[in-house]
Amino acid sequence: MKRISGILMIMLLSITACSTDDSGNGSGGTDTDAFDRGAMLAHWADNIIVPAFEAFEVSSQSLENATTAFVNDPSATTLSALRNQYRDSYVQFQTVSMFEIGKAEEIGFRRFLNTYPTNASAIESRVESGSYNLELSSSYVEQGFPAMDYLLYGLGNSEETLQKFTSGENAENYRNYLLDVAERINSLTAEVATAWQGDYRDQFVQNTSSSATGSVDRFSNDYVMYFEKFLRSGKIGYPAGAFTGTPSPENAEAVYAGDLSKELYLTALEAFQDFYLGRGFNGSGTGPSYKQYLEYLDSMKDGADLNALIQNQFDAIEDQSAQLDGNFKSQVQTNNTAMLAAFDELQKAVVLLKVDMMQALSISVDYVDSDGD
Amino acid sequence: MSFSIQHYLNKNTEAAPLAVFRLFFGIMMFASILRFWLNGWIEKLYIAPKFFFSYYGFEWVKPLGNYTYLLFLVCGISALLVAAGYKYRLAIITFFLSFTYIELMDKTTYLNHYYFISILSFLMIFLPANRYFSVDAARKPELRFQYIPRWCVDSIKLLLGIVYFYAGLAKINSDWLFRAMPLKIWLPSKYDLPFLGDLMQQEWVHYAFSWSGMLYDLFIPFLLLWKRTRLFAFLMVIVFHVLTRVLFPIGMFPYIMIVSALIFFDPSVHRRILAFISRIFRIGMAKFDTGRKYIFSATRRQIILPVISVFFLVQLLFPWRYLLYPGELFWTEEGFRFSWRVMLMEKAGYAQFKIVDGKTGRRFYVDNSDFLTPFQEKQMAFQPDFILQYAHFLAEHFRKDGHENIEVYVENYVALNGRKSRPYIDPEVNLLNFADSFKHKTFILPFEDEIKGL
Repeated sequence: MKRISGILMIMLLSITACSTDDSGNGSGGTDTDAFDRGAMLAHWADNIIVPAFEAFEVSSQSLENATTAFVNDPSATTLSALRNQYRDSYVQFQTVSMFEIGKAEEIGFRRFLNTYPTNASAIESRVESGSYNLELSSSYVEQGFPAMDYLLYGLGNSEETLQKFTSGENAENYRNYLLDVAERINSLTAEVATAWQGDYRDQFVQNTSSSATGSVDRFSNDYVMYFEKFLRSGKIGYPAGAFTGTPSPENAEAVYAGDLSKELYLTALEAFQDFYLGRGFNGSGTGPSYKQYLEYLDSMKDGADLNALIQNQFDAIEDQSAQLDGNFKSQVQTNNTAMLAAFDELQKAVVLLKVDMMQALSISVDYVDSDGD
Repeated sequence: MSFSIQHYLNKNTEAAPLAVFRLFFGIMMFASILRFWLNGWIEKLYIAPKFFFSYYGFEWVKPLGNYTYLLFLVCGISALLVAAGYKYRLAIITFFLSFTYIELMDKTTYLNHYYFISILSFLMIFLPANRYFSVDAARKPELRFQYIPRWCVDSIKLLLGIVYFYAGLAKINSDWLFRAMPLKIWLPSKYDLPFLGDLMQQEWVHYAFSWSGMLYDLFIPFLLLWKRTRLFAFLMVIVFHVLTRVLFPIGMFPYIMIVSALIFFDPSVHRRILAFISRIFRIGMAKFDTGRKYIFSATRRQIILPVISVFFLVQLLFPWRYLLYPGELFWTEEGFRFSWRVMLMEKAGYAQFKIVDGKTGRRFYVDNSDFLTPFQEKQMAFQPDFILQYAHFLAEHFRKDGHENIEVYVENYVALNGRKSRPYIDPEVNLLNFADSFKHKTFILPFEDEIKGL
């Protein structure tokens, strides 16, 4: 008995000693090198997020400029230029929408810029009265891209639209409202971009903590939530009526412009995927990413190659999108089955991202900082 | 045989170890309650949620709105009174009831530690923990006893021993030992620990931690019992629990276990601890050393001994109830709780509920965040009894909203210990056809893998 426990003691002692005191020869002769989350955060911030916001800031400035040009001199030419710029900027917005963290989260960036369907009758009454405050949180259904969508495409064809802004009733109010909406998009964007160019970048990158408040944990929660709630539900699920059983075409994104919705969807999908793969925003090569991180973690595990599963699912989603019409509103009205099929493919990705990836990264899907077992 | 049991029951030991245990236990519990309060968890866990997951048979235990604070206050104060040994019997009963009530309010927050505290405080109701170094004994000389029956101290050792040993047995499974799961998932995420972070990335460390954790749990009770290994074992207890505290968010539990393990030491150690405390607080300790031996009256013995015997019998048998269920325990979780299966698996799920009108076929999906907190949703998504209760709650909710012919289905995926997620609940099954019970839940889809071991 004495000998057994003696052996046991030595065993336990040596295991404990190895486990705790063996730091001297840290990197030498290891089979796996530690994955550097700090480097991943830096790559995310410097090569993806900040450039994406800088590009979008340029775009939102152009949008404001084009709007100013239009309201100062409403004509077929300036309207056409503004519509084009609106489409460009809305598409560009899809590359930053998923980064709802830091300043963006604080000011409700996505909420103000892209809550749809917009409330057309509320906009009309704002225009009529000429009194409104777009900073109120109650007003997010009256501004952003969906409001511009309504003002630029929802008032009729080009001539009718032009007429509303020139000789129609409340034409001046229409012009003011449109400009206010464009300015607000631009100022909110500038606010977020400035924050990233300033202190927030360092704050984000340096918070490498593995706790629920660390950048990787918090960002990953936001990132996956974006996919589930905004890509899957917002762009596809709600218009297709996946949640209600009844299609509601009016819930499509850019419903007035019509043919823009699929482009917005695909751009968002691609931006999301590029981020997953760690592709630099300006085509500046790839860096540390979820993909690399999962490969690193998978290398220790037997079983499924999670990264391959996720990438295959992204491919399946893209393949499926070939069946979709450029206009989701009419897609839903003519052949909703294809939309529901898109939803099903997205749903599979949600499970992989939210359950499998989050588990592999050991990130819990909540911010509750409670005790575990 | 009966003679030797009788002989054992008549043995005495010093009351000091139990007094120290009572004192530290009370302080720890008070600190736990205070910490819980200050972290804002009363609000977050028991007041903010709209819906609470009940234990089967305890559906009547619900949070009390703002009076929940009062409940925690009562619990905290009773913990302090236990520490002081003031009106001990009343205090420990109050503590047991209030603490257990708190834990029964929502099983979302279930932790083995909390269950441990509940049953330990139940046991302490029957122990003469206030006969030495307590306010009760200080006030009433007739309550002072220097010696108490030995089994009183041993019963706490036994309970601690069961917790450790069963936790060790539960680790004897192929996932834990041969796949180093779930530590292989958990440890690499601790990359930011100074000096340990890099080590946590090493595969051999995952295995070393898994195996040594299993060995630790299995053998530590015996190493603590045996005098020659006791000091070493206690150092192991400290190292082990401090390490788990550093690695995992497990709150007060490591400290509670470290302090509890003191009970294994010789009474002389406890006398020294009490002497030290007496010096600081200028308490006259001598008056407690009466030399008197506390003996339970015959009627008390007739009640207490059977109660404690049944208590321990239940403790020894209850963790094995999982054997009565078909299927993989980790997958179905039937018989998983209350069995010292601590930090044993990494499980996550995704559950999307569908409400269907059985007549018209009209359906819609439920947004779980309308009803559950993120924490509740997370826990619900991989536990069948949660899913079932929630399904019934949803049906009730939508019935009140005017929906008819309600059927509830769930599309549910669960990932266990790094395996790819797979369907968990049969999506074709109307959950309303099932009532919660201790019977096997037939709507759980098979695991289609095997985890060997206990």
